Amino acid sequence: MNKFSSKVSLNSILAASMMLTLSACDLVPQQEYSISISNLTHSQPLSPPVAMLHGKNFSFWSVGDVASEALEIMAEGGDGSGLLELKPKNPQHQSTTPLFPGESTEFILETRREKLKYLSIVGMLINTNDAFSGINAIELPDLEEGQSSVYYTYTYDAGTEFNSELNGTIPGPADGGEGFNAARDDVTSVVTLHGGIVSADDNLADSTLSGADKFDNPTLRIVITAR
Amino acid sequence: MNKKLLLAMALAATTIGNASARELSISFTNLTHGNHFTPLLFSAHADDQHIFEINTSASANLQAMAEGGDIAGLVSDLAALNADVSANPAAGLMTPGQSINFELSTQEINTNLSIAAMILPTNDGFVGLDSLSIPTKSGSYTYYLNGYDAGTEVNDEIINGGGMPGVAGIPADPLGENGSGASGVTNSESNTNIHIHRGVIGDVNKTGGASDLDSRVHRWLNPVARLIIEVK
Repeated sequence: MNKFSSKVSLNSILAASMMLTLSACDLVPQQEYSISISNLTHSQPLSPPVAMLHGKNFSFWSVGDVASEALEIMAEGGDGSGLLELKPKNPQHQSTTPLFPGESTEFILETRREKLKYLSIVGMLINTNDAFSGINAIELPDLEEGQSSVYYTYTYDAGTEFNSELNGTIPGPADGGEGFNAARDDVTSVVTLHGGIVSADDNLADSTLSGADKFDNPTLRIVITAR
Repeated sequence: MNKKLLLAMALAATTIGNASARELSISFTNLTHGNHFTPLLFSAHADDQHIFEINTSASANLQAMAEGGDIAGLVSDLAALNADVSANPAAGLMTPGQSINFELSTQEINTNLSIAAMILPTNDGFVGLDSLSIPTKSGSYTYYLNGYDAGTEVNDEIINGGGMPGVAGIPADPLGENGSGASGVTNSESNTNIHIHRGVIGDVNKTGGASDLDSRVHRWLNPVARLIIEVK
């Protein structure tokens, strides 16, 4: 009898806690992630990187899809704020300065919403026409406090601007030319990986870029640490 | 052949035929910005079989795939090995950025996956996967594939319609961004074994120069393809 009553009380406790969970919607204890980004390139500054936690059915880009205007603005001119405005209430971060080659930056994202377990981070390689690097809607791994997960990123082409490398078409310090231009003139008009910089040192005589601006994959290292 | 051996073979064949099939959902993406893939070949086969191996010389049928996109010879090789084959699941050329999704039903004995398709326009470049051990635990697995060079043809970068094995030159550029009249980037190929492709040179001369490829369009950096396997 004693045994039975204790079972009942355990069940009622379980039921009560389930109701609590339900009434709190999808809130969970605060999840905090420390995120570190390192620029691995020789001389491609990364535009101020933007980062966001979001749900399952969202991404900044998809290979094979036409770039959104917000992605085009980021990929051609380095301004990622339009991507963050797509989900203004989500936990997000925008760096205030470019991330220069050989440097790292670190920031924290936190959430109590269980559904926001996907992370996207992106920035433009600013000595290019429309190249960018980052991670796209990765599901955050289950990490114990202090544990980390490391990602090496590939470099994408937004498919919105032809990779002419011509003087006046590249916003970074190698040229000081134009950033975003709404015209779309690329040979492939969807997001793909980037074929790399050709440069004047590699037989593209009218390129404003030099061999110093070349890059290879990976271009960024991103470390996610649970706090 | 004696009766005992015939019986053993018949039993073996029966065993293979009855082995429980596994369904794989495959998603495959051309990640390049300016290159097509010719008809793709996907195959599940036993773990000691290969359609190519790094640092060995290409078979004649691999050469036909890499130089001209012809997978018929590889398909018949695999059929003879009792492999599970999906030939040309993209139904023709795969454009830059394109993805395909399809199911591959595999016999229990066919534990490994290989993939090949020519990268066009190249002389003998191909996207490849050599005998990946297919995961058995249910889940979603992502792999990135590199570009290989079959080592069978000089990378002269001349587009002249040459696609038959042993014929110099590149069949075509489906993007139509190529030039013509090139003198050729090189006339030798010092590594005649299968190796990671060094990439193409190209130029911007539409009516001459060394290459008929466009350096701003046809270059790539690895990886060239993404493979996602969903194991049920």
